[in-house]
Amino acid sequence: MAHEKLSMAQALNQALRDAMKADDTVLMFGEDVGALGGVFRITDGLTAEFGEDRCFDTPLAESGIVGMAVGLAMNGMRPVVEMQFDAFGYPAFEQVVSHVAKMRNRTRGKVSLPIVIRMPYAGGIGGVEHHCDSSESYYAHTPGLTVVAPSTVADAYTLLRRAIEFPDPVIFMEPKKLYWAKEEVDLGVAEPGIGTAVVRREGTDATLIAYGPSVPIALEAASAAAAEGRSLQVVDVRSIVPFDDSTVCEAVRSTGRAVVVAEASGFASVSSEIVARVTERCFHSLAAPIRRVTGFDIPYPPPKLERHQLPGVDRILDAVDSLQWEDS
Amino acid sequence: MTTVEEQLLPSADPVQLVDEHGKRHDNPQYGMPPVEALVDGYAQLVVGRRINDQASALVRQGRLAVYPSSHGQEACQVAATMVLGEQDWLFPTYRDTVSIVSRGVDPIETLTLLRGDWHSGYDPYERKVAPQSTPLATQLIHAVGVAHAARLKGEDTVVMALCGDGATSEGDFHEALNFAAVFKAPVVFFIQNNEYAISVPLARQTVAPSLAHKGIGYGIPGERADGNDLAGLLSVLGSAVAKARAGEGPQLVEAHTYRVQAHTNADDATRYRNEAEVQPWLERDPLKRLDAYLTTEGLLDDAHRSEATAVADKVAEDLRVGLMQEVSPDPAELFAHLYATPTPQLVEQAAFLQDELSREEA
Repeated sequence: MAHEKLSMAQALNQALRDAMKADDTVLMFGEDVGALGGVFRITDGLTAEFGEDRCFDTPLAESGIVGMAVGLAMNGMRPVVEMQFDAFGYPAFEQVVSHVAKMRNRTRGKVSLPIVIRMPYAGGIGGVEHHCDSSESYYAHTPGLTVVAPSTVADAYTLLRRAIEFPDPVIFMEPKKLYWAKEEVDLGVAEPGIGTAVVRREGTDATLIAYGPSVPIALEAASAAAAEGRSLQVVDVRSIVPFDDSTVCEAVRSTGRAVVVAEASGFASVSSEIVARVTERCFHSLAAPIRRVTGFDIPYPPPKLERHQLPGVDRILDAVDSLQWEDS
Repeated sequence: MTTVEEQLLPSADPVQLVDEHGKRHDNPQYGMPPVEALVDGYAQLVVGRRINDQASALVRQGRLAVYPSSHGQEACQVAATMVLGEQDWLFPTYRDTVSIVSRGVDPIETLTLLRGDWHSGYDPYERKVAPQSTPLATQLIHAVGVAHAARLKGEDTVVMALCGDGATSEGDFHEALNFAAVFKAPVVFFIQNNEYAISVPLARQTVAPSLAHKGIGYGIPGERADGNDLAGLLSVLGSAVAKARAGEGPQLVEAHTYRVQAHTNADDATRYRNEAEVQPWLERDPLKRLDAYLTTEGLLDDAHRSEATAVADKVAEDLRVGLMQEVSPDPAELFAHLYATPTPQLVEQAAFLQDELSREEA
């Protein structure tokens, strides 16, 4: 297949289409996912192609959407549901935590729930309140859930196909500000799968650890640093749960310095978990304490102030500069 | 001609085919169930009562962590299961042990949750019984999902979804009814209104004329039945299941009954209700009245009674013996059932615990 210039939104749409073609138990449903194709058009054309039994609109009730997915999965289906926006997922939290995450455990492995809960997440698009939350820590903290966040067009396709084939529930965090970013790609299910981090840029001086919407920022920071003569490595976590300790730690050991970049508030977060894990495993390889560049511990700001919340290149470079460089 | 609204509304009074004195009342809409069903139902009520009382005793002996008894509600429990076919699903709550056993699940496996050795002791697929739900109303929407999947697969399946009066205040109750109605899912929502949600009386849950009236807001027909009358329940629930199976969409049934005992052994019912309130309900006992009716009709004799008692005695004995066994759940199971393939983190933690245990033994 020829390389095409595709957006992440198109790649996700293609992943859903291909998954539905490959397995007729795959169902897609949620709010406005039918005729409208989703508010971000991720489900565009699926109802037309597969019919209303396969891709359908539900009443406007997130707990109902996720709860129905539980029952459908119990009875042989592979539901993929869309939470329209990150913060709209909170009404479904009881279903996610008490049932989606626990059903396999409660039933001693007799009932598995191959459910994918897709949610456009994080900010940077000028959204009003309740439209830009980074809620990954809530899900990552819940045993039984698998949590992934793609950062590239190709990976969005791969991770979504893998998530739909996965035997357990997956929280699929879609960085909404990357929906329209285009890349030349040849879509296909590639390695690595869920549970593996990847090095997106090689570097020798320090390691930037990021996921989802923060990966392009980290890469941008690495390019800027290179121009100043500092070589930064960028690791894309991809799979928050399970977390790939070995790739991340190997990367940190190779440079001896690390900065974790994430949009979510830093307190009690995925970024704090990463710092803790890496410190426990790599302490003796570290030349400086690991730093974090995260959102402030505040509710996601209104659009006119959001630039102050989001990790930017300058903050990342400042954090890198603070890593106790002997030559500076 | 009746309006759509009238068709959706429940009957003026709960449907009752046999009253508390064992007297038959004919109903133009709901016929008396076949004799064999009533005699079989009687035997199941005897077993159910024995399970309730034996399990409560086992809590006092420290053999069960807790037991929410359905003493006095056995007619609801037994009827909910009797109206189902093998292909149908039952979605029970924590108070529905008797219903699960009535469905054919092993009583010891049913009580595993309440003994405290695992969260659910039976394979849900074996008898098509979902795990007992302890959060309120969350299972109702799962029932809708199972029913919707059944429709997509072309299965002839009805799902019986149980809840109590307290659950009708939860958001998931409303979402479940609405989803079921919109998707025309073959679900029978069966509310056992036993007047109390732990300590809070029905008047604090709702000011609706009845819980069966809640159906109309979703376009679901509601019906109410005397929850201590097995005959009435079998007829009303049987009719609801038949309608759901025939493609008429979800049905809502409220059984008016009473929680004769406390919520659980941890509850002190004297703090919120008078003993005087309980007494009349003891006289409406589902067992006594069915016994009286069947005896008057010449359908029940001492042979039936001793046969039912013998079965119940055996169940109680098995429970006593089975629950006397000291169980030591395998700690490795703590990590075994989270994911199809354990994460590297869980593998590490399992090894850590294993090491800790081996050092304990040494």
